[in-house]
Formats: sequence, structure tokens, C-alpha cells
Amino acid sequence: MNESLLFDWMLGAFALGAAASVALPLGGVLRRVALVCAAIGSASALALGLSVLRAGATWTARWDYLLQPLGGVALRVDSLGAFFLLIIGFTGLPASLFAIGYLKHLDGRMRSRATHALFNIFLASMCLVTCADNGGTFLFVWEVMAVASYLLVISDPEQADAPTAGLWYAVMTHAGFLALLAAFIILAQGGSWEFPVLHNASTLLSPGARGAVFVLMAAAFGSKAGLVPLHVWLPRAHPAAPSHVSALMSAAMVNLGVYGLVRLVFDLLPPGPPWWGGLLLGIGVITALTGVLYSVAETHLKRVLAYSTVENLGLVFIGLGFALLMRGYGYGALASMGLVAALLHTLNHAAFKCLLFLAAGSVVHGTHNVSMEMFGGLIKRMPATAMLSLLGTLALAGVPPLNGFASEWLTFQVLVAGAQRTAPALAILLPLALAGVALVAGLAALSGVRLFGITFLALPRSTGAQQAKESTRIMVVAMAIPAVACVVLGIAPTSVIPQLSRIASDLGQPAGPLSAGLALSVPLVTSRMWAAMIAAVAISAGAAAAVAVRMVGRHRPVRVGAAWNCGRIIQSARSEYTAAAFAEPLKRVFTGFYRPTQEVTIDVHPASRYFVRSIRLRADLAPWMEEVLYGPFVRATRAVSDRMRQLHSGSIHFYLALLPGALLMLFVISRWLR
Amino acid sequence: MMRDALVIGVQTVLLIVIAPAIVGYVRLMKARLQGRRGAAVVQPYRELRKTFRKGMVIADSASWIFHLAPFVIVGATVAAASLAPVISAAQPADLLGDLFVLAALLMLGTFFLALGGLDPGTAFGGMGSSREMTVAALTEPTIAIAVLTLALTTGSTSLGAIAGTVLKTPAYAIGPGHALAFAAFLIALIAETGRLPVDNPSTHLELTMIHEAMILEYSGPYLALIEWAAAVRLTLLLTLAANLFLPWGMATSLAPVALVAALLAIVVKLAILGLLLALLETRVAKLRLFRVPELLALSFTLALLAAASSFFTK
Amino acid sequence: MKLFHKIRRTGIVTEPLSVDGTDGVALAREIDARARSVFGRALAIREVDAGSCNGCEVEIAGLSGPVYDMERFGLHFVASPRHADMLLVTGPVTRNMAVPLRMTYDATPDPKLVVAVGDCARTCGVFAGSYAVAGPVDSIIPVDVTVAGCPPEPTQILQGILAAIGRFELGGARRA
Repeated sequence: MNESLLFDWMLGAFALGAAASVALPLGGVLRRVALVCAAIGSASALALGLSVLRAGATWTARWDYLLQPLGGVALRVDSLGAFFLLIIGFTGLPASLFAIGYLKHLDGRMRSRATHALFNIFLASMCLVTCADNGGTFLFVWEVMAVASYLLVISDPEQADAPTAGLWYAVMTHAGFLALLAAFIILAQGGSWEFPVLHNASTLLSPGARGAVFVLMAAAFGSKAGLVPLHVWLPRAHPAAPSHVSALMSAAMVNLGVYGLVRLVFDLLPPGPPWWGGLLLGIGVITALTGVLYSVAETHLKRVLAYSTVENLGLVFIGLGFALLMRGYGYGALASMGLVAALLHTLNHAAFKCLLFLAAGSVVHGTHNVSMEMFGGLIKRMPATAMLSLLGTLALAGVPPLNGFASEWLTFQVLVAGAQRTAPALAILLPLALAGVALVAGLAALSGVRLFGITFLALPRSTGAQQAKESTRIMVVAMAIPAVACVVLGIAPTSVIPQLSRIASDLGQPAGPLSAGLALSVPLVTSRMWAAMIAAVAISAGAAAAVAVRMVGRHRPVRVGAAWNCGRIIQSARSEYTAAAFAEPLKRVFTGFYRPTQEVTIDVHPASRYFVRSIRLRADLAPWMEEVLYGPFVRATRAVSDRMRQLHSGSIHFYLALLPGALLMLFVISRWLR
Repeated sequence: MMRDALVIGVQTVLLIVIAPAIVGYVRLMKARLQGRRGAAVVQPYRELRKTFRKGMVIADSASWIFHLAPFVIVGATVAAASLAPVISAAQPADLLGDLFVLAALLMLGTFFLALGGLDPGTAFGGMGSSREMTVAALTEPTIAIAVLTLALTTGSTSLGAIAGTVLKTPAYAIGPGHALAFAAFLIALIAETGRLPVDNPSTHLELTMIHEAMILEYSGPYLALIEWAAAVRLTLLLTLAANLFLPWGMATSLAPVALVAALLAIVVKLAILGLLLALLETRVAKLRLFRVPELLALSFTLALLAAASSFFTK
Repeated sequence: MKLFHKIRRTGIVTEPLSVDGTDGVALAREIDARARSVFGRALAIREVDAGSCNGCEVEIAGLSGPVYDMERFGLHFVASPRHADMLLVTGPVTRNMAVPLRMTYDATPDPKLVVAVGDCARTCGVFAGSYAVAGPVDSIIPVDVTVAGCPPEPTQILQGILAAIGRFELGGARRA
């Protein structure tokens, strides 16, 4: 199909959805129209991305009369942009369909207008970020995306922590915006901000300036992607937003941080020194470890998933850092392989994270609870959600034959291939990175067992879980879409490898053959992973065992009885393991990281302190990263703003004097700039 | 193509069939070391047969996960076993996956075992799941670095390729990297299979259990399948230890003489490793659970040293 | 290393099972032939202490030691009644343990056997008539073999277990 037509459909659908949210009367029709428009827009984005990738041609468009002060609107969808556009469309579609059922309770409330309009605007701005071809357009839609998502994060008044979460998010995203602005200014060196022009102008930069641009943009995009230590907004903002928005934020928006960095480093800037890659690789490992360690310890369901997003983006940046490192040392093919591994993991993560956040929304919607400690036994009351969550959790845990394992395996292989090329710095860095990835993979499996087991299995731990209701059919269908993708991408990862290889070779050197039939293969280390055949072997073995069980003991007596609790007479849900208890052995191993705090309050009878009425234990994880890294900033800002308050003297003469003072300053500055 | 499938099939079936005998052999050696007569080597087969024919009691709080888990465990373990080079170094299973895939398949089995422990909602099931997943997660870095070391010396992460390369160039096997990786791999093996000093497979004290606690609720054929899968896991890892680090005796062609000699070689190697395991289990006591991470950190350090030394001896 | 020297010096100390002294061992009811055929070569035993003084437990612990070595007959102790084929019950069943004993029996899959070890398990022994005792084992769960004694010797306990699975003829030659 014609790309321009698809683009028009995409923007038109989003615009129509936003307009309908404002114009139509409150009610179910508004919700359905707005969200169906969002779905159509997402589907068009998906089709546009697929079309550009399939055809291998770039689509461009220009509107010079829009945004004139910023240099006009210039759009370009090349293979890289198409890939990320595809991811946004692919996650936007199930999120929109899910919201049709999920947001039913908002019908008739004024809030629904803003929620549905902002949803469409959010999707549109994300799609446009991947199409932007000059700095002005990029920054404009970046800011629109930030504002739309901020408003969506604080949109639910029932979330007590939403305003604080929104504040963290707003401050950090705007700090990133300033860094981006500064980087573009340095990069442009006073000339045009068009990306092709910047591509050429960057070669004229001094190495120091190039390094500064890299650090500024890495900080800005890294913050959006949730790299440590700039990740602190993510575990606050993602849980506070409505679940379908969280799904988009975790599965689509964080990827734009990846997109920005790849665009910058692989497209706009010339090949840089190895320390760029080493820095990203190191930060990636730290991020992945931090994310997975916290995701194991948290008990708020959506915060577990948010930290898991941090972990997976860490894995993506390990691939990216590796690619940069190899490029710095001149191994172009290895660099491209690393880039392919990073992009594959981005796609896979988008699929299973979207599924899991939608499933979390389903669980929260059905039980009216958010803490894992209040769940349990949901597999019997919400069977469809449980089944789909199991697929998502298996993908998150990185076990074969699902897609989480496919990209993790590829990351392992490229790290081993890189380690075979000796260079002194790599002798220490790459084995440590490999060990880090392996530890993260193991801990992700732990997190997955805990997530699924505590939430869905055993007996209900609260009345909300006891009376849980399954989600409506549209919500289940919406969850099934990414679930199918997880399975398909796991069994046949080679279906996307050619496109990813094309992206990598467009940006650098060809990556070499990475697929052999349905198997991923890395000739450099002569290894292969044929997920489809492995799945076939496993399923046949399991089926054979099932047949044997059926046939051999046909008259075997099978009874249903109480669970064996060592003969305890009173059996209840209190004897089950809790989410905090499940993570306890790990918390002991990593005490230095978690810094757990414990507070015991003993309430005694006023008559005598030997009669204890109640004992309350509060065990918490101290948020030491925020304290250590952001505490000084927050305190300094407060101190400065307290000082500035003195300007609010109440004297009208002072306020009136400020006006000509400002005009004078503007006059002087404009004369000086001339 | 057909011949490849046959080789893979024969090796897999071989591993699956001799697994209970290996467990029985280790038990017999331990019995003799304790001054007892002990049961015959084939006793585990009798136990499996008996358990398979017994009835079952299913907890009323269990769901379909409880019923699915034993079959997934069997499937994952058999798939992992199909990747292992048992007698042939010309390994067509390299087309299916390498060491990372094998480790991940074992993790898949552990995942479902842990879910099966959580499902009935018993306290001990949750405890076993929690501990097992923690130990499994902490063992992963050791295995990854051991694989890296082997890949650095042999140029590949595929099992058959590693075994074949070490076979052709015995000098690799004597290098410090290889030896340190072997030591690290053995410690990881003990952790993965739940033997002393990490976990006592014959304990009755629930608070000391790791692996056993997860299967307290299983009975009848489900229990038989899980026990047998655990035996296959032990045999598989012992075979890897034998054939990746000391691959002499493996067949490089399909000549019948070579295959029979390779079969004898692997049996002898498994017997020696089993005896060493029995000696170790007799000598050491079980570690406190919170000391196990220290042991795993030791194995990780050994693996890192192995990788570093491989870099510098190239 | 000293440990291994000692092991080598000591050697195998297992004694063959005596066929005498079977007076205390009695079949309480006809053993199910099906159970006998399933359990002939391998038997999993779950020991249940229903309020005993632990005298019988000490003797039972000796069964898994080097002298009596029950493993050579294919018997082994298991950690959960779900894994068990036979319950080895000791003690006069106290009031507190009556329900747990019944729950243990219900948790054991079929087919199953029960051996009551000691005078307390058979007839409440010295605790008969106590306010804390609910009754002998066969008043709570069906019993297949009883082994009298306070405490019975490990040999007799072993004879009782083997008689339950049909590998020991009481009052005569031992069947393999």
C-alpha cells in the first residue's frame, strides 16, 4: 500500500479520535469511537512500518509552512524509524482494544474526554518521533509526547501517589529535553537542524564536542529509556498511569530512548572512540542488575513490571554498548550483530511487556487490588488472564522456546564472539558483562516464578481475590494479540532477522548471516538455536510421558484430598508463601544492595507492659538511590526556591519595577546577539 | 538427515535409560562407605516402576499447573538431554542448540517445578520454590562464564564442537583455564542437581529441603516422572562434565567399534564421577542455606579466573 | 582423610536378618494381594509418631543404620505421606494426634499398608486409660501388621514390615 496513504490514515485516525473525545457527548459511544480510532491509527502505523521495511525504500514528507520558526516539519521513515514505528503500532493496537473494556467505568465522567483525547495525542506524538527528520520537529513532538504522557500519568485521582510520580516524571523528562536541546545546538554549530545536514556537519566537530554531544544525548535518551541512575521516574510513573497507558509507556515510549540513541550514534555521528561503547555497556549491566533485583523485591504488581522494564532496557543497552565498542575497535560486522541483538530484544520486550501490563490491568480491574500480597488463586477465577499471563511470564523469564530467550541467546552469542577478539580492555569487561547478563537471566526467572505463582496460584489471600471477575472478551482478545506474537517470535525469530540485518547494514557494515532456516545461527562461534525443533522434541517427550501415564496405570485410584500441610488441623491461605517471603533468600544475599529497614512496634496494655496487645512489623526497602543521588539536588532546589521567595516581598513598587527591568534586559541581549 | 536424527535419538534414549542406574550406583557407593550392604544398582528402576503404578491424591487447591508441571519438566529435561554429546563427538544435535540452550532448558524445568511447588498453596512448597529459584539464579553466572572459557579455547559454544576440539588438541585440556572451569562446573553441578553440600537428597527435615520441598505434594506417576527427570538431570550434567572437559574415548566416526568403545568410555567416566560424588557426599555436611551463596560465589570466582587465564594463554 | 581410613578399617557390618523371635509380630488382617504385588521390591515408608515416648523411634532409626540396613530389602523412608506406601505408626494415639494421624492416612495414596509398632500402638501400652489418649492405632486407622514390644527390637520391626509386603513368612523360613 502507498506509504503516504498509510501515513494520512494514521494521523487522520488519531486526530479524529482526539476530536471525537472532545466533541461527542459523554458515554459509551465516545469511548468506543475514540479508542477504535486509536486502534485504526496504530494499525496504520504498524502497516506503514511493515511496508517501509518490506520495500526497503525511504518515505519522506515536508511541510515548510508548519512550525516555521523551528525549520518546518520534515518527516522521513527509513528502515530504523520504520522498525520503531512498527513497535508503536504493534503495542498501540492491543492497548486501544483493551481500553475499550477497561475504561468502561469512566463513561459519563468529564475525565473520560481528557483521557481518550490524550491517549490519541500520545500515540500520534510517539509515531511522529520516529518519523522526525529535523531537530525542530523532533523536539516538538518529543515535548508533546512528554506532556501527553504526564497528563495521563496524573489522570487517575484514585491513585494517591500519582501527583508525586508525575512530578518526578515531569522534572526528569524536561531535564532530558534541555540536554537534548543543548546537544542539538552543539551539533548544529549554527547551521541547519535537518538530520541529513547534521550527519555531514558532525564530521566537522572536534572529538571533545562530539563526546559532549554523545554524553548529553545519552543522558537524555537514557533517562527516557530508564537507565540507572536516571531511571527513578520509571517505577513511580508507570504504576500510577492507567494500565493501558502503562503498557504503552513501557512497551513503546521507553523504546524511543533506544531509537534516539541509535539514530544519534549510528546515523548522525561518525564512529566514535571505544569509551562510548564501554560506558553504555557498563551502564547497561548496572541497569539490568538494578532493575531485576528490585523487580524481585517489590510487591506492587505494576512496580514489579516497571522494574522489569528497567532490566530489559539494560539488556538492550548492553547490546548497543557492545555494538559501539566493537565499532570503536573497527569490528564492523560484530557491531552490526550487536545492534541486531539489541533491536531484537527491543521488539521481544515490547511484545511481552505489553502483554504483562495489560494482564496486570486485567487483574487489578478484576480484584480491585494492586498488591501481590492480596492476590492468589486467580487461576481458577480468571483462567484466560492466567493462561495469557503464563505465556508473558515465561517470555519475561527468558526460557525457551519463547521470544525472551531468543534475544537473550543472541546477546550471549555476540558477547562470546566479541570476547574471542582479544583487546586488553575487553578481557575484563566482556566476561563481566556476560556474567551480568547470565545473573540477570537467572533472577528474571526467579521474578517470573514469583510474579505468576504468588498472583495466580494457591489460595486467595483477600476477599478481592476471592471474588475476582474475569475480564470481558475484548480485553482478553486484546491480550491475546501480543501473546501470539511472543510465541511466534520465539518459535520463528528468523522471521524478523532479515529486516533487522537490513537496518544494521544500513547504519554500518553488514552483520553476516544470522539465520539458517528457522534457527538462529552465529557462524563466528558455530552455534545455533533451533527453537522450533527443540519445542517439538520437548512436546513429544511430554506427550509420550502423558500417554504412558494414561496407559500404564489405567485402574490407578485417583482421589482429591486436602493439601498436605503436615497434619495441621487449621488450613487457610495464611499458611501460603507471600511475595515478600519468596524474595527473602535473595534479599539476604544482596543485603548491601537492598539496605532493608525494619521497624517493630509493640503495643502494650496500659496496665502492665508484660501484656502485649499487638506487635507490628514494617519491613521496607530504603530507596537509597533516590536519597543519595537526588537528595542533594532536591534539597538544593528547595533552598534556592526558599531564597527566591524573598522576592515575593508584597511591595507593588518592586513588582512594577520588574517590567521595565525585563524589557531593558531583553533589549541589551538582542543588541548583543546581533 | 535421517542418520542425524538416529544419532540424536540413540544418545538421548541412552541417557534417559541409564539415569536411574547412575542414581542407584551413587546410592550404593554411599551405602558401602557407610558400612552397609545397600540396595542393588537397579533399585531405582524398581522404585520408579512401583511409584508409576500407584494411585494419586491431588490437593483440592491445585490447578491445571499442578497437572501440567511434571510433563513440562520431562519435556524440558529430555530436550536438554538430546543436546548432550554422550558417545559421538560428531554431534548433529549442534544444529538444535548449544550449551546456553541446554542451561536454559534446565531452567525451564526448574521454573515449572517451582510453579508446581507453589500451586497447592502449602508453606513448604513455597519455601522450596523460593530457595530453588534463588540457587538456580545464582548458579547461572558460573555456567555462563564456564561456557565462555570453553568457547575461548575451542572457538565454539556448541557441545559437539567443544568435545571434538578438545579431543583433537589434548593440550587444551591441561591448560589452567580448562582445569579451573572444570572445578567451577563441578560446583555448579552440585548446586543444580541438589546434592550435598548444597542440598541433601534424602533429608526428611522440611526446613532444610530445597528440591524435595517442592515435590512433597506430588504422588503416583507424577512423582515418578519428576524423580526420573531429576535422575536424568544428574546423569546429563555428569556426562557434560565428563565429555566436555575429558572427552577421550568419544567416537569421531560412526564405525561400530568406535561406538562401542565410546559407550564403555562414558560408562567408566560416569562410574568414576559417581564414586567421587559419593565420596564427597560422605565427607562433607550440608551447608547452611545462607552459606550456599558463598559457595556459589567461590565457583563464580573460579570461573572468572578460568576465563581470564584463557585470555592470557592464547 | 582420617574418615576414609576409618571407613576402610570398619568395613561392612550389616548382619543377616534373623528368622527367630517373631512372636511379637502378628498380621492384623489379610494383606491385600495387589498391594503385595506392587510393593514386592520397593517400599516407601512414612514414620508417624502419634504421641510416643520415642523409645520406638530410636529402634526405628537403627533400621537405617549399618547393622540392620533396611535399604538392602528395598525399603526407604520418605518425607511425605504422598510419597509413602506404608505408614509406620508408633505411640498410643494421643488426643492431639488423632486427627493428624487420620489426615496422614487420608493423604497417603492407595494402595497403602499400616504397621503399628510397639505396645503403645497395639493396645496403648502403659498409657491405656489415660485422659490424654484417644485409643490404639487401629481405632483411628486400619492396621495391617502389629509388632509388640516396649520397644520392639529392630529385627522384629523389620520382620513386621517385610511380612506386610509378603517377603517374610512369620514363624518359619524367610521368603526372599
